[in-house]
Amino acid sequence: MATINLSETSRTPGWYATFITRLRRNLPFTVALGILWLTAMVVVAVFADQIRPYNITAMDLSSRLSHPGALKHLLGTDELGRDVLSRLLQSVRVSLIIAFGATILSAVFGTALGFAAAQFRGAVEHLVLVLADFQAALPFLIMSLAVLAFFGSSMVLLVCLMGFYGWERYARIARGLAISASSQGYAASVVQLGATPARVYFHHILPNVASTLIVSMTLTFPEIILMESGLSFLGLGVQPPETSLGNMVGFGREYLTRAPWIMLAPSVVIMLTTLSISIVGDWLRDKLDPTLS
Amino acid sequence: MIRFVAVRLLRAMITIFAVVTFAFVVLRMSGDPAQVMLGPDVPQEAVDAFRRSWGLDQPLWIQYLAYLRSIFTGDFGVSMRDKASALDLVLQRVPATLQLTLPALLLKLAFGIPAGVYAALHRQSFADRGVILLAVLGFTIPSFVMGLVLVLIFAVILGVLPSGGQDTWVHGILPTITMSIGGIGILARFSRSAMIEVMGQPYIRTASAKGLKWRDVVWNHALPNAAVPIVTIVGFMVGSLIAGAVVVESIFSWPGIGRLLIVSVSNRDLAVVQCILLIIAAAMVVSNLVVDLLYGWLDPRLRSNAAH
Repeated sequence: MATINLSETSRTPGWYATFITRLRRNLPFTVALGILWLTAMVVVAVFADQIRPYNITAMDLSSRLSHPGALKHLLGTDELGRDVLSRLLQSVRVSLIIAFGATILSAVFGTALGFAAAQFRGAVEHLVLVLADFQAALPFLIMSLAVLAFFGSSMVLLVCLMGFYGWERYARIARGLAISASSQGYAASVVQLGATPARVYFHHILPNVASTLIVSMTLTFPEIILMESGLSFLGLGVQPPETSLGNMVGFGREYLTRAPWIMLAPSVVIMLTTLSISIVGDWLRDKLDPTLS
Repeated sequence: MIRFVAVRLLRAMITIFAVVTFAFVVLRMSGDPAQVMLGPDVPQEAVDAFRRSWGLDQPLWIQYLAYLRSIFTGDFGVSMRDKASALDLVLQRVPATLQLTLPALLLKLAFGIPAGVYAALHRQSFADRGVILLAVLGFTIPSFVMGLVLVLIFAVILGVLPSGGQDTWVHGILPTITMSIGGIGILARFSRSAMIEVMGQPYIRTASAKGLKWRDVVWNHALPNAAVPIVTIVGFMVGSLIAGAVVVESIFSWPGIGRLLIVSVSNRDLAVVQCILLIIAAAMVVSNLVVDLLYGWLDPRLRSNAAH
């Protein structure tokens, strides 16, 4: 912002300025912030190894429970002198990997079952609907708590378990949309042309219902983050020495009185992330799918 | 109507049966309680005797049939740890949990629905924006963060409220608030969107056009029609009265069902865990059933549609 020569600004704005004005018109401020935060989180998750200043298990015993703000440890250290910032970056990565994996698993599984119900009707449809009822009645947190405690927790088991969360919503939506799509002209005409059911569903119906499914993914994603962090908080999710956001809150709880920053840093990240996804998800829903309220 | 009720009842029973079976299979498949109960250095004969006395040496399907038979006679098994009836152990803890969840439910209803309805009737106002913000925060702040932040503020910094335990009613304040804030937000959001949708309907315009008082329009024409989605979410909250406190009980060391579940799960106390899962699932299924029947009463159109 040193010296700006006004005569140099051209009357027809450059591509950059046009881009910014168009962005401003189409993108509310909070949504932009949300997208910015989520992008930052994805970058952190991808480059966690390169960004973090210390190894997550490296102990600096001379500066245990040191306050945040110091140059050496920006967000302070925990009870073993481990750098909170480094652990936070790694936690973002672990929690996001679990949430992404689980969301995709549950979307694929649920959509496939929903399409199967729409294609075969009859007994298959009843079975899917009963399973969906069962899933909805299942106290999911309680059940996963029991499964994890009895089987012992591992990353793969955690992702698979979380992948069961919310599949029934995709199944119900996919079934409903597929049934209504098959009564529309485009699906019937490709069937007339001799397309196999797989081709009809994946090349014609799926692209038409994808926006609704993506919106449901923005709803389950934060719930899975909360579920995973809740389980890790109770000590049943991600196990040390690995760390996740909920896991950090759980251990930070022991030092609530002496070192609240251990617990506050991951809490703020959880809140901002789930908040951003809901804001961006709401905005996407308005953009992509006017039928959902 | 009879067909409608019968179909719902049958579905509810199938669901409970599925939960029971699922819990049984998962818990039996996942490891030997003898190892955890007896410790690693116990001779093989003791392990065998333990497994024989609890019937764990039988094939899985025989154990399952025996388990089903005993459930139908009201016998929910015996705790491997305390040798007491599992059902008694669980039922002893129910009042403590309800002490937290019932006041929390009342708070949710008392604040959530009026806030949502008020926001819907005064759209774009300051209060509306406040309600939306609260609702989003209620959705996005996990209960353990909320609980710990409340403890940090009221117990650690201000020192006015206790941070854990169950000695007096004062100890219940923080856990109850922790549990209700998220629910208030969710309920406000649902009520708001339900009311907004109803207020846009032609019959509301007709009702105000024929000169009804605004209050009558809202109370007699709008609210009953907005009730279906609100009842759904309230039913879910009632169904989770027993299960909903696991995390909060663990934060505030409250001796309810949630604490019992976590302890029994880590002890691999099969009978107690199964009994808790069964009760929690039954509570959820029964409240879903009641909600389904209420739909039929609230909205006669659903009675004919829902049966098939």
